[in-house]
Amino acid sequence: MAETVVFARPQALAPVPTHYCPGCTHGVIHRLVAEVVDELGLAHRTVGIAPVGCSVLAYNYFSTDFQEAAHGRAPAVATGVKRARPDLIVFAYQGDGDLASIGMAEIVHCANRGEKITVVFVNNAIYGMTGGQMAPTTLPGQVTTTCPLGRDVSQVGYPIRVAELLATLRTPAFVARAAVHTPLHAVTAKEMLRRAFRYQAEGTCFSLVEVLSTCPTNWGMPPVEATEWVEKNMVPYYPLGVFKTPDGLDRAPRPAPATEG
Amino acid sequence: MAKKLMKGCEAIGEAAIKAGCKLFFGYPITPQNEIPEYMAHRLPQVGGTFVQAESEVAASNMIYGAAGSGERVFTSSSSPGISLMQEGISYIAGSELPVVIVNIMRAGPGLGGILPSQSDYFQATKGGGHGDYRLLVLAPWSVQEAADLMQDAFDLADYYRNPVMVLGDGLIGQMMEPVEFKAERTPCKPLPPKAWVATGCSGDRPTNIINSLFLDPEVLERHNQKLKAKYDLMVRDEVRCASYGTDRPYEVLVVAYGTVARVCSTALDDLREDGVGAALFRPITLFPFPYAELRAAAENARAVLVVELSTGQMIEDVRLALEGSRPIHFLGRQGGMLISPEAVSERVSAISAGLPEEVRHG
Amino acid sequence: MQNDLIIAGFGGQGVLLIGKMLAYAGMADGKEVSWLPSYGPEMRGGTCNCTVVIADRPVGSPVVERPRVAMVMNLPSLEKYEGMVKPGGLLLVNTSLISRDVQRSDLRVVKVPANEIANRLGNPRAANMVALGAYLGATRAVSLAAVEGLVRETFAGKAKVIDSNLAALQEGYALGEREAADGKAVSQEVGA
Repeated sequence: MAETVVFARPQALAPVPTHYCPGCTHGVIHRLVAEVVDELGLAHRTVGIAPVGCSVLAYNYFSTDFQEAAHGRAPAVATGVKRARPDLIVFAYQGDGDLASIGMAEIVHCANRGEKITVVFVNNAIYGMTGGQMAPTTLPGQVTTTCPLGRDVSQVGYPIRVAELLATLRTPAFVARAAVHTPLHAVTAKEMLRRAFRYQAEGTCFSLVEVLSTCPTNWGMPPVEATEWVEKNMVPYYPLGVFKTPDGLDRAPRPAPATEG
Repeated sequence: MAKKLMKGCEAIGEAAIKAGCKLFFGYPITPQNEIPEYMAHRLPQVGGTFVQAESEVAASNMIYGAAGSGERVFTSSSSPGISLMQEGISYIAGSELPVVIVNIMRAGPGLGGILPSQSDYFQATKGGGHGDYRLLVLAPWSVQEAADLMQDAFDLADYYRNPVMVLGDGLIGQMMEPVEFKAERTPCKPLPPKAWVATGCSGDRPTNIINSLFLDPEVLERHNQKLKAKYDLMVRDEVRCASYGTDRPYEVLVVAYGTVARVCSTALDDLREDGVGAALFRPITLFPFPYAELRAAAENARAVLVVELSTGQMIEDVRLALEGSRPIHFLGRQGGMLISPEAVSERVSAISAGLPEEVRHG
Repeated sequence: MQNDLIIAGFGGQGVLLIGKMLAYAGMADGKEVSWLPSYGPEMRGGTCNCTVVIADRPVGSPVVERPRVAMVMNLPSLEKYEGMVKPGGLLLVNTSLISRDVQRSDLRVVKVPANEIANRLGNPRAANMVALGAYLGATRAVSLAAVEGLVRETFAGKAKVIDSNLAALQEGYALGEREAADGKAVSQEVGA
């Protein structure tokens, strides 16, 4: 009897176990990226840029070529690769400390130059690799090791909404936010990643998909509770959806018409 | 005060508070996260302020700003983060500001690893950032000494108006040992009032400007020479070193700093039991380096062994000290690998038995 | 006189905690001590270990490559440390999780069914205390009373936890004492 393969490891994903903690959704996001790269037939000319943070070892988990970047500099490294070889598909995989803290300058300018690269931005509201410090995306009141009494917005400001921030740039781009804490959300996330890579492959624009992720270890809760925490606490602050499409339209607010005295 | 068992990182943080430091700016990096975490928890209790900077570049400029207002301030990081801080450090040295910087070294280059290393010796002692400047560099070998040197570091920084670096490794940061803080501590240097601070001028003095820009080459040269005179004073007055086992005859002099010197001291005890005469020389200040003291100690030895967690950096200063007067051997591990007392004993025994000096290039 | 040991097991078995307790107790006894944890990429969920040195004079190397004692709480730790212990040294083996025998014949071996004893005492998390007790019973490195005081401090306010941990500690101590006095614990001395 002929067998039909209904589920297999994507070719772009390396056949190795990852170091991620139980319940962490980096693995899901890796898989979605790999599936998209496979389905678009891009794997052979894809170069990934790995960040510093929990996903620092991403270069071991994809079966594509990779360059490791210094903390926060992945968009700059990606720019170098893409400008040297515009025929390559270049994606940077970055966490919230990497992209939204130390690498804020690089990501803003990369997006503003309209580099034809794709950024997968994983937001789990905490520094994972270094043991649970406050991130720029840590929610108000959330306890971390460097805000032991909870994030005090009067001292450190509000969490940065990266997708919204980048969407304010005039340069055409595709910017979206997705989540992977339920299967249905993961399906939508994959759709957005597919659009992001397609825009790059077509040479259209810069693309970034922010993906809300979990950190059971540093949030201090079991994996199932962590997925509920995403729904209950993160999604309300970080709304899901598409924030910018490369239609070239300037949606900057217009000055209000002068009112007659 | 009673002895307390503390992690090196925590002892460093507490020592800063004991020294009157109320300000910390830093950024997460392994293996020193316990320092910012300790400060985040502890500073609010003493009316101080902790800020997690967006990057080490920002942190180094935050301490520049804070120091310009005359307040005691420090930051800590580990090797890749210290590289990013070089901008601020160079400006701080150029502007003659007192700050304390802690580097809990990990293995490099690049992202390297997170395990202990001593591979930032060149960076710490020979410049690091651009320009003609020096850091005063202190290298503790125990948690107690880290706490003591940390407090002295603030006095030295204030006295010389110069950045001071406490250079440790992952071992010093992570290990726990008993620590005692003196109830009453006398500063190790006289502390003149800070008349140079930029904190607002009501017209009773010329305005104070914190600055490292001197477009007139003659003025900049004078500034460079003024800095040099300061470093010369450090060389004259601030050299610190220790020795172990030099009160008995020795054939081989081991030179090591930081936790590696601890490992060597155990090796020397073992060797003594086996009848091999060896002693330890330990620089505590890496700049200024104890050239004369080392040379004097080496005069009683037939050969010198330098032990470092690098491919050989301090050995260059040992060569300068000895000027070819003794054969110099090297034992090093890299990448976060540690040196065991057994490895040191073995090498010392071999040298004692006539092992020829290895020719080293570079 | 120096006591040094490496305590190793899975993360979550409490090996770092009992190492710290030993260091605290040594300090309380007026000894010089150091405690050095493993740190690294393996810190989450993998194996972990710490090195404790308790000495009459200032501790030299906090790094010990050839410990006088190793306490191994799981099989990977036995594999890693059996070969490192000094000849004539002591190996404490958690037989609840390690079924294989010690291969070296030049070590004193104390077998401690730590998890079984802890389970029987109604606190499965106190297996580390059983092992710590056995170490103290076999070596008298620090006083039992000092460690008992630390248990009361560590779990202050949780009377039931204190009682079960103390019981685990004491049962381990008796076992360690018995095994050390017993000829089978002292197999063959160096060079014998």
